[in-house]
Amino acid sequence: MYNFTPISALTGGIIIGCAVVLYFYTTGRLAGISGIFANTFTSKVNRSSNILFLLGLVLGPLGYFYFSKTHVNFEITNSYFLIIIAGFLVGFGTRMGGGCTSGHGICGISRISVRSIIATVTFIFTGMLTVFILQQYGIYL
Amino acid sequence: MSEKIFSLLSGIIFGVGLVLSGMTNPEKVIGFLSITHNWDASLIFVMGGAIIVTAPFFYILRNRNRSSLGFDIKLPKKIDLDKKLIIGSSLFGIGWGLVGLCPGPAVSSIALLEPITLIFLLAMLVGILTSKYI
Repeated sequence: MYNFTPISALTGGIIIGCAVVLYFYTTGRLAGISGIFANTFTSKVNRSSNILFLLGLVLGPLGYFYFSKTHVNFEITNSYFLIIIAGFLVGFGTRMGGGCTSGHGICGISRISVRSIIATVTFIFTGMLTVFILQQYGIYL
Repeated sequence: MSEKIFSLLSGIIFGVGLVLSGMTNPEKVIGFLSITHNWDASLIFVMGGAIIVTAPFFYILRNRNRSSLGFDIKLPKKIDLDKKLIIGSSLFGIGWGLVGLCPGPAVSSIALLEPITLIFLLAMLVGILTSKYI
């Protein structure tokens, strides 16, 4: 298997799980990031908490880089066209479908929500299909 | 006040987890979605790692209606599988597959000082605002 990093993936996943539990246990809300991001801009309810959560999402990595003195790779397409279309679809699709990888994929599945299981299978399937099609045109190798 | 501190703290921990997991690198996500060529299963371990922590807690807390800080626990009530769920999730998956970014890593990658993610986030916001009209 290519580039497979099961240990760091599992460790990171467990830490993400702890964040979801802490957020739910204290605030009573599910840590679905597409919802938190959308509500920050579209709703006055819990706006400052939502902003602080998003700020934490940036400060966490910054603190990690500072203290560990490491950096991580960031490899992405250089096509602004793809970036803009993708961003739009992610924003539109997560709101229409009510969640993203965190809301449906982690919170929903662990609550054994049938809607979230179906949603997760759906977006992983269309994501794989998209990558497959792009690969046929030589965009990803 | 403490609710705001815990929101910030949860975000910080979530962000550290995302970076450690490798999922802030779009190439890792594309590797997972690339099922037919050089498949990288790491993303399953990220979701799995998170779920083994969250599932028991959601089960233990299932009958609570107030959080430890006294807030009403709000859980999604919908159970029907409607068109919006399927079409919305399909569109999200297409966008996710196009560049390898979903909302969490997109926000966290601001920390990587990559200007291109700001364009993604702006387009994402336009998508969110547009979804209000359907």
